Amino acid sequence: MIDALAYFCLIVGALLSLSAGVALVRFPDLLSRMHAATKPQALGLLLILAGCALRLRDHLGVMALVAVFQMATAPVAAHMVGRAGYRSGRVRQDLLITDELASEADRP
Amino acid sequence: MTVVAVIVTVLLTAGAVLALVRIVRGPTVLDRIIAMDVLLAIVMAAIGAEAAFSRDATALPVLVVLSILGFIGSVSVARFATTRPPS
Amino acid sequence: MIAGRWRDRCVAAAALTVIWTLLWGSFTPLTVIGGLLIAIVVLTVFPLPPVTYAGRVHPLGVLKFAGRFAVDLVVASAQVAALAFRFGSTPRSAVIAVPLRVPSDLGLTLTAEALSLVPGSLIVEVDRERGVLYVHVLGVSDLADVERFRGEVLALERRLVAAFGSPAERTLCRENR
Repeated sequence: MIDALAYFCLIVGALLSLSAGVALVRFPDLLSRMHAATKPQALGLLLILAGCALRLRDHLGVMALVAVFQMATAPVAAHMVGRAGYRSGRVRQDLLITDELASEADRP
Repeated sequence: MTVVAVIVTVLLTAGAVLALVRIVRGPTVLDRIIAMDVLLAIVMAAIGAEAAFSRDATALPVLVVLSILGFIGSVSVARFATTRPPS
Repeated sequence: MIAGRWRDRCVAAAALTVIWTLLWGSFTPLTVIGGLLIAIVVLTVFPLPPVTYAGRVHPLGVLKFAGRFAVDLVVASAQVAALAFRFGSTPRSAVIAVPLRVPSDLGLTLTAEALSLVPGSLIVEVDRERGVLYVHVLGVSDLADVERFRGEVLALERRLVAAFGSPAERTLCRENR
């Protein structure tokens, strides 16, 4: 029973990783692809770790550390890359509904 | 159990191959960095899945190191990519 | 103020010690004392900038925030995955400015972190002086969606303030609802 739950977590986590790969290839511009990247980094990894914890039933502290470190560092990388992307004009303006940063972007 | 392991391996491999496609095609260095991030996340998922299937915790420290150091590469590249003039 | 700094340092030292013992994977006097010594050395050699934190932690608010965050994470991941597998359509997106009501550094950081972790929203730019977050949202189709998302960000901020904020920040949040 517990193993079944662990397998479910692992498969859903792997599916999220695959959907991130599909989104990376399909999405039109840089910022859209960033959204795909955060998926396996947050929920995908959490699910894999949950599956791991359910199977091992030990080393829970190390897994909690992995989860906390990942949750703390992933947004930093995402923000830095996203900001660099916006500033170097890697956004498809025609796909944006509205851009409320455009008027502010010329500021130093 | 073997069936699940095969399914997970296939899904992760497909995701990694698609990320590789983006690394090769990616028009800018930022696209490649994102794809590298995804590839790293998939590698972490694979290490975790391997530990789960073999009930073996040997590889868990690798996950700790990857989770805390994985972002440094993308942050530094993003830092340099910002200074480049827009094309 | 001095007492506040010492409280910050004690919290940081305790957190570092906990991480150290978790890394060792065993809770013995040796790991605890060793971790404490290393935490003290680290905090003396690399002192942290002072964090202005006037609030206190509300356990019920933290639980509410964590539960809602988990739900958001799952729902948003499913939505973005569905967008990825919907072949033949290109997802639209938007860049939205969200002026936060509580312009403290900590509140700004926590809101930005929580938003970034949830797929479908990404912080593009932060205006620290005015407390404005510029969020890139995926999968919006019209301006009504944009307004709804702005409301969701403000609701997230309200839950965070309810969990970690000071009384003054809570009233600020309640008045400008």
